[in-house]
Amino acid sequence: MKGSIPLVVMAAVLLALATLPYYVPYFYIFVATEVLIMGLLAGSYNLIFGYTGMLSFGHAAFFGFGAYITAMLLMHFEVPLLWAMIASMAGALVLAAIIGFFCVRLDEVYFAMLTLAFGMMVFAVALQWRSLTNGSDGISGFPLPEFGLGIDLTLADPMVYYYMVLVIVVLASAVLYLITRSPFGLMLKAISENPERVAFCGVNERRHRLIAFIIAGTFAGLSGALFAPFNRVANPDMVHWTQSAEPVLMTILGGAGYFMGPYFGAAVFVLLETWITSYTDQWMLFLGIVLALMVLFFRRGLLGTVLDRVMGR
Amino acid sequence: MESFAASLLNSLDIALLLFVIAVGLNIVFGVLNVINFAHGALYMLGAYFTFTIVNIWGLPYWPSLIIAPLAVAAVAIVIERVMLRYVYDRHITDSLLLTFALLLIIDDLVLMIWGPGIQVVEPPALLKGTFTVFGGRYPVYGLFVIFMGLVMVWGLWALFTKTRAGRIMRAASIDRDMAQTVGINVPMVLTGVFAFGAWIAAIGGVVAAPMRAIGPAMGDKIIIESFIVVVIGGLGSFPGTFLGAIVLGLIHGFGGRYLPDISLVLPYLGMALVLLLRPQGLMGGRGSA
Amino acid sequence: MTQPILAVQNLSKMFGGVHAVNNVSLDVQFRETVALIGPNGAGKTTFYNMISGRMKPTSGTIAFQGRDITGMPPHQISRLGISRSFQINNIFTELTARQNVEVALTALHGQAVSMFRLASRNRPIQEEAEQVLARLGLDDLAHQRAGVLSYGDKRLLEIAIVLATRPTLVLLDEPTAGMTPEETRHVTRLVRKLADSGDYTFVVTEHDMSVVFDLADRILVMHRGQRLAEGTPEEIRNNPEVRQAYLGEEEEEEAQA
Repeated sequence: MKGSIPLVVMAAVLLALATLPYYVPYFYIFVATEVLIMGLLAGSYNLIFGYTGMLSFGHAAFFGFGAYITAMLLMHFEVPLLWAMIASMAGALVLAAIIGFFCVRLDEVYFAMLTLAFGMMVFAVALQWRSLTNGSDGISGFPLPEFGLGIDLTLADPMVYYYMVLVIVVLASAVLYLITRSPFGLMLKAISENPERVAFCGVNERRHRLIAFIIAGTFAGLSGALFAPFNRVANPDMVHWTQSAEPVLMTILGGAGYFMGPYFGAAVFVLLETWITSYTDQWMLFLGIVLALMVLFFRRGLLGTVLDRVMGR
Repeated sequence: MESFAASLLNSLDIALLLFVIAVGLNIVFGVLNVINFAHGALYMLGAYFTFTIVNIWGLPYWPSLIIAPLAVAAVAIVIERVMLRYVYDRHITDSLLLTFALLLIIDDLVLMIWGPGIQVVEPPALLKGTFTVFGGRYPVYGLFVIFMGLVMVWGLWALFTKTRAGRIMRAASIDRDMAQTVGINVPMVLTGVFAFGAWIAAIGGVVAAPMRAIGPAMGDKIIIESFIVVVIGGLGSFPGTFLGAIVLGLIHGFGGRYLPDISLVLPYLGMALVLLLRPQGLMGGRGSA
Repeated sequence: MTQPILAVQNLSKMFGGVHAVNNVSLDVQFRETVALIGPNGAGKTTFYNMISGRMKPTSGTIAFQGRDITGMPPHQISRLGISRSFQINNIFTELTARQNVEVALTALHGQAVSMFRLASRNRPIQEEAEQVLARLGLDDLAHQRAGVLSYGDKRLLEIAIVLATRPTLVLLDEPTAGMTPEETRHVTRLVRKLADSGDYTFVVTEHDMSVVFDLADRILVMHRGQRLAEGTPEEIRNNPEVRQAYLGEEEEEEAQA
């Protein structure tokens, strides 16, 4: 059965991730944690870019906002991490609703430019509202408290943090997966191809695009909430447009519109970055060449190209 | 605190430099329908070439105004021939991503060749020093930037309205197929226009070199500023680019003076407001070049 | 006379000072099939675009089942029961034929924002989609990607999407454009059958006059944005004004081509 291939692969990947600390060097636990967090960021981005066809250049706004909320809550109130993460998601949801409300009115280039403008507004606020955000230094030195719900986790242990991230990313991704396979997800795919035809089927496509934008923003916020304690800092770089470009690159690298594409892209991205920067400083040059080749010759991404071959499309 | 007059002059030199950079971006968008993310990197190349010509080769400043832009235009021709032309028929996202890849490549090459430090080019002796306007000090070189900006405004305006080359560009921007059928060598025009846009950006780089710090990130900042200018003025609109540059120049020149707490937000706020209220830009219309 | 299902009054649309549609009125009765004809550039598609909400009229009103729908957005007009096809194929090429129909059905059954169930396990909608495809003879192609269907099958799929929204009023924009004579006969028979079923009211634009005279109860002739004539097929066929303006123009076009 061709249909069961993705399930088998997914199960194998999950098993590999669950047993990872037993067969890789200690250092790779950090790399794997980053892959998972960035995978969730790119996976959330795929919902609007890959599935709905909206090229946003402001996705880091929600990622960074989530990171700031968690960092501040840990810094000033020492709340359990779980509640900080929920607060980050709620905050990112509200921010995405506000920004999305305006952005989905526009299409194509204009949409991209407006998301860029809003993203950079959030960046400017993070940089300039020093009394709250500590300017360009960002918020660091916050303690890592308990997880919450009475679950006893030593979050400062990288192995423990890795497993926590793994569980949360898998749960969040399962929700995202279900959404892409739902009737709503079918509508998004139809909208990405032909928004007008969808409207003539009686669907308020603008509202659908807004809902997708909000869901993606919320999960980006969660990814930021996971990243701040991992990175030990929340700073304006995490809201900058160059950070917004990362999920775009990962999605393209892995394959836009394929559910596992961005996760795969994030893994390739982070691993290459780790390896190449240990040999040479020319990581961006390499990334640029790979991206150019992907766009020119493998527009469906690494995973997408392979899947197309295997599934015989 | 600077005097009002100095702030005004300051706004003007920022605005005209922004115009020079953004206008190339807008011409390339209008004719090729490509949002060139690497446009800022080409501007940066212009500045770094100037650094090499003046500080390494020891030549005077003036020849770099000719050499550097031509060298950057040559780079642009290679880029267009080898990569860009293959995505014209695809969705605009593809050219955006491709030029973003270019930005990464050029940024890192610059880092490899010139290193991560900040470089400084001295202005030519003629343009050194400052003078006083109504109690505020203003660099002489700023006047040169304003002068060069105005020359470019006039020159490009004349090119578009009075010459055959300008008419061909406008024809190609309005309808590529039609231009082809009336005997215009469209692929050649597209290469030419891309190189021309790069040439203008590089002039901006040469002019900026003695005034701005030359560093590997200077292109990333200016490209976003150019997007703001082009969006405020109108994608594809020449007079719009001028107006957009003036608006952003004034925001930069006076924002810090009157609204220091939100000065960084203002440009993006302006951009968002224009996109929402008048997406075609302040001066944008259909088919304007 | 009963209240018309569609009442268009003094509809006009201007583009940069030019009237694309100039003061056109049209009443369509329930279960009627009205054909809209006229040379290229007569304003037929613009007329459709205004009724279906794609464009806002410059002036005039449109009422559907007695309700003013002038300037409503397309998705609301669609929900009231007006559905349209497009002159060029306007389907979802990356989805399968059945999924194309499912998009319309999902919207119809209010499941367009349903997130926590699998679309692939949605049997009621899938079965209904298969029924719609079967009515158009596309049931064998349900699992084909729409992009690889033949041109004629794509046109039929377009009609399938239209029917899936369960419209009372169907606007068909050149349903047989580009089809082979065989396919044209098939579509004509199909529309005839649907019209005879009494569930639908049709407005059809068409270049193929044999199709028009075959299907239409009434014909509206447009010329340069204006109403030139209106009547039964017989009346239109014998109207000297129509023959002169319409056919004259066609000959002119052919001479130019």
